Amino acid sequence: MTLALDKPPRAETTAEAAAESVTESAADLAARHGLTVSGARPSLPAYVRELWQRRHFVTAFATAKLTAQYSQAKLGQLWQVMTPLLNAAVYYFIFGVLMNTKHDVPDYVPFLVTGVFVFTFTQQSALAGTRAVSGSLGLVRALHFPRAALPISYCLQQLQQLLFSLCALLAILLCFGVPPALSWLLAPPALALQFVFNAGLALVLARLGARTPDIAQLMPFVLRTWMYASGVMWSIDKVLADRDLPHAVTVLLEANPAAVYIDLMRFALIDSFTADRLPPHVWAWATGWALLAGAGGFLYFWKAEETYGRG
Amino acid sequence: MDAAEAAPEASAPGTGADPAPTAPAPTVVVDAVDIVYRVHGAGPALARGAATPALGRILRRRGGADAGVRTVHAVRGVTFTALRGEAVGLVGTNGSGKSTLLKAIAGLLPVERGHVYTDGRPSLLGVNAALMNDLTGERNVRLGCLAMGMSPEQIQERGPGIVDFSGIDDKGDFSTLPMRTYSSGMAARLRFSIGAAMDHDVLLIDEALATGDRAFQQRSQARIRALRERAGTVFLVSHNNKSIRDTCDRVLWLEHGKLRLDGPTAEVMKEYERFTGGKS
Repeated sequence: MTLALDKPPRAETTAEAAAESVTESAADLAARHGLTVSGARPSLPAYVRELWQRRHFVTAFATAKLTAQYSQAKLGQLWQVMTPLLNAAVYYFIFGVLMNTKHDVPDYVPFLVTGVFVFTFTQQSALAGTRAVSGSLGLVRALHFPRAALPISYCLQQLQQLLFSLCALLAILLCFGVPPALSWLLAPPALALQFVFNAGLALVLARLGARTPDIAQLMPFVLRTWMYASGVMWSIDKVLADRDLPHAVTVLLEANPAAVYIDLMRFALIDSFTADRLPPHVWAWATGWALLAGAGGFLYFWKAEETYGRG
Repeated sequence: MDAAEAAPEASAPGTGADPAPTAPAPTVVVDAVDIVYRVHGAGPALARGAATPALGRILRRRGGADAGVRTVHAVRGVTFTALRGEAVGLVGTNGSGKSTLLKAIAGLLPVERGHVYTDGRPSLLGVNAALMNDLTGERNVRLGCLAMGMSPEQIQERGPGIVDFSGIDDKGDFSTLPMRTYSSGMAARLRFSIGAAMDHDVLLIDEALATGDRAFQQRSQARIRALRERAGTVFLVSHNNKSIRDTCDRVLWLEHGKLRLDGPTAEVMKEYERFTGGKS
């Protein structure tokens, strides 16, 4: 009764195959019974639908990660606000006090803190995105879900983190005498655009990081360079005014997505940061970057959906 | 082992499938599947560690041969067909490729060669990877169920049942404490309970029966039987020969990634126990 197999048999030798046709190939058998290839990449509309069905998982995973982060600390969730504040304090000490940048810029503390928080959002999303798939191989190899849920969930976690930071920022703004204004209402749309951009960026980096884990080692350096080029600690227009830089470099610095989102947030929140300090077509840039990164990143990530999880 | 060639008509895969007048439909067709793992940064001991050879390897990579990557050929040319209503056991010594094959059936690991065809989407029983030790048991139930694809309404409905089944609240209100405070048995029970809360078309179980104390083992065996009745096909990977005998009517024996024997439970297990030297 026992069937010994020393080499893989080509013909199906199980009972029903034997009963029906010994020579029928596995592919024909599968097709006849409506079986599909396991783990094949779904079509784009199906993929979007699956992702939408898992939206509760995406949000629950993000919130869980955020809560788990400080759950062992004595001060607990207080660190959600303390960490960004300490971060801003360090930058203020170095760039504001030691290097004396603050005389060039009015309302330097709100200016700096806004820049730090907004850039940290993009920076952390990119970092988390790089490790989103390669760092969650256990999850990817254990459960079915659209893998895009992971990078998006990590970005959502960073957005939640930023909302905590913004509470601290609002307190700082009021402390430094920046009055509440109607322009504060511009902050949510700017944030929404930045979130879409970040998610797209994280999706691209997640695919790259899944294939080449070395990217994760490289990212901190890339991100630090990006931070210094984005005018987090100083005002780009002040620096550009003194120098005779080629036009291309000026355009590049002004179109830099991180700088665009930082400037928009400063414009929304700080009354001394007036519209004439914004680069031209800033909302168009912000929307364009969000659409390009969001749609492009999603497509790029989906193209390799079936390969995630390979060791 | 003695390679007794049996005639195809003598190789009825399971006692459960025989008496049916119409042949049951296949739910999983595995066709000459090879699975290869690629391990980065694990070159030969001499080349590893120093920076210069590592750089050399990166440069050489352009030539085609990927010198910095070692491959592990985990499953080699496995072919079989599983039918609706079957419970298939997978046995083999450690590292024989059982769990890898299971993950390929689930579509979670890409195959190198060959094809895996399935009816619907097979699910691996187990949500360990989705759970977080710093969260409370209750929140982990919610997270695990969402990860398996349940809707919030389903979780509302089944959540209390999952906690009850795991029995973690028997010794105090543990479901509101972080999972890191649980004993290993409690955590394993909660993980099994979450994983077993879904109904599946094709259910894949990896060593899930060996968790918890005796009372819980009996409860989980009953749950597996119930799941099996509702599921189309069940695959079970276990080192516990008794649970294989109790649950499965057909057994695949893998050794070094190759399918060594495929047949009714009693016969394959007899050979397997002879091979491993006694009842483990």
